[in-house]
Amino acid sequence: MMEWEPQIWVRAAAFFGGGLCIGLGAIGAAIGEGYTASVANESMSRNPGLSNVVLKDMLVGQAVAESAAIFALVVAMILLFSSFSNPGWLTAAAIMGAALSMGFGAIGAGIGSGFPAGEACRGAVRQPAVANKLMTNMLIGAAVCQTPSIFALVVSFILLYTDFSSMPVWPAWAALVGAGLATGLAAIGSGLGGGTTAQASVEGIARRPESASSVTIVMLLGQAVVQSPAIFGLLISFILLFGTYQPSSELAPAMALLAAGLCVGFGAIGPAIGGGEVGRNGVRWVARNPGAGQVITRIMLVGMAVSQSTVIYAMVISLVLIYVV
Amino acid sequence: MAIEGADIIKAAAFLGAGISMGLGAIGPGVGEGMVAAKACEAIGKNPKEAGLLTRTMLVGQAVSESTGIYSLVIALLLLFVV
Repeated sequence: MMEWEPQIWVRAAAFFGGGLCIGLGAIGAAIGEGYTASVANESMSRNPGLSNVVLKDMLVGQAVAESAAIFALVVAMILLFSSFSNPGWLTAAAIMGAALSMGFGAIGAGIGSGFPAGEACRGAVRQPAVANKLMTNMLIGAAVCQTPSIFALVVSFILLYTDFSSMPVWPAWAALVGAGLATGLAAIGSGLGGGTTAQASVEGIARRPESASSVTIVMLLGQAVVQSPAIFGLLISFILLFGTYQPSSELAPAMALLAAGLCVGFGAIGPAIGGGEVGRNGVRWVARNPGAGQVITRIMLVGMAVSQSTVIYAMVISLVLIYVV
Repeated sequence: MAIEGADIIKAAAFLGAGISMGLGAIGPGVGEGMVAAKACEAIGKNPKEAGLLTRTMLVGQAVSESTGIYSLVIALLLLFVV
């Protein structure tokens, strides 16, 4: 096997990676858009007279949710049709890293963006007078949901367009694949969590339109905290991408770098989903009981901070794997 | 490339440590989030009991943190002890 030319492996990695990227990347947007459409149907059946407004909300929301899948499509197209200059073993590893990053990275953002879009359809029927306000809030919330997928896109492009040929193949290949996995997996939870938080804010504004400004601020606060696991993943990716590695013929240093990516990637999923649940109820109850807004915001932030603790453990283990062992 | 037995064992320990802490972090994150979500709801319904509810939330979260700490301990054992 080892006497095969690296170009062959680069082509193979590009085709396999292209399929993997859009295959994984298509999961999220389809689920999110399906959820939006299901709520749109339910809302139209309650008040068919408002079907035009609901249809507009549905299509705008679905378009935002689609963007994550389009990023994955772009990366897949680049992989299929670019001719990689100076192909080496590390080019193949970088291609796999880029595909994994964008493929996994699109899942959470796609599903998450569907939640506020669906709620905007429901809200448009409940409170037709504030349909525009709901649309604005839905767009802000869904845009924040997309940020983890943009992190994944950035890491993919860095992997595809940086020249890694000065790095030693062992163990740097594992660092490149690990960098893709760290951001890609870490984006899943933050996309989903940002979506549940945004959903509650749209619901809250539909119930009490006068609470719109405070609800939007609490939503952004909650979403910002929910994004932090994705940012930890991005941080580990950058450390892995721009590290300097000693050439080694052993397996263990390479596996340590791969494990560092997996560790923070998996570890970020749960805290972000949990933070999203906190954000959902925090925002919902700020809208329902504005008098207690300050107390609720405080406990929301404390609760989110505590549920972030395990991703911080995961980041510490990743850093130990990169720098200590 | 000559791969020796000791090298494979070390590589497996590193991978195991990363996967242990990574997967182990998922559950506590989701669980503690659910606790805090209900705490927000409860304070929204009854803001006067905020102190009691915050205390209960933190105790509940500390208990559900325990499995994350087990994962951390196993990861550190894999990295530095075995």
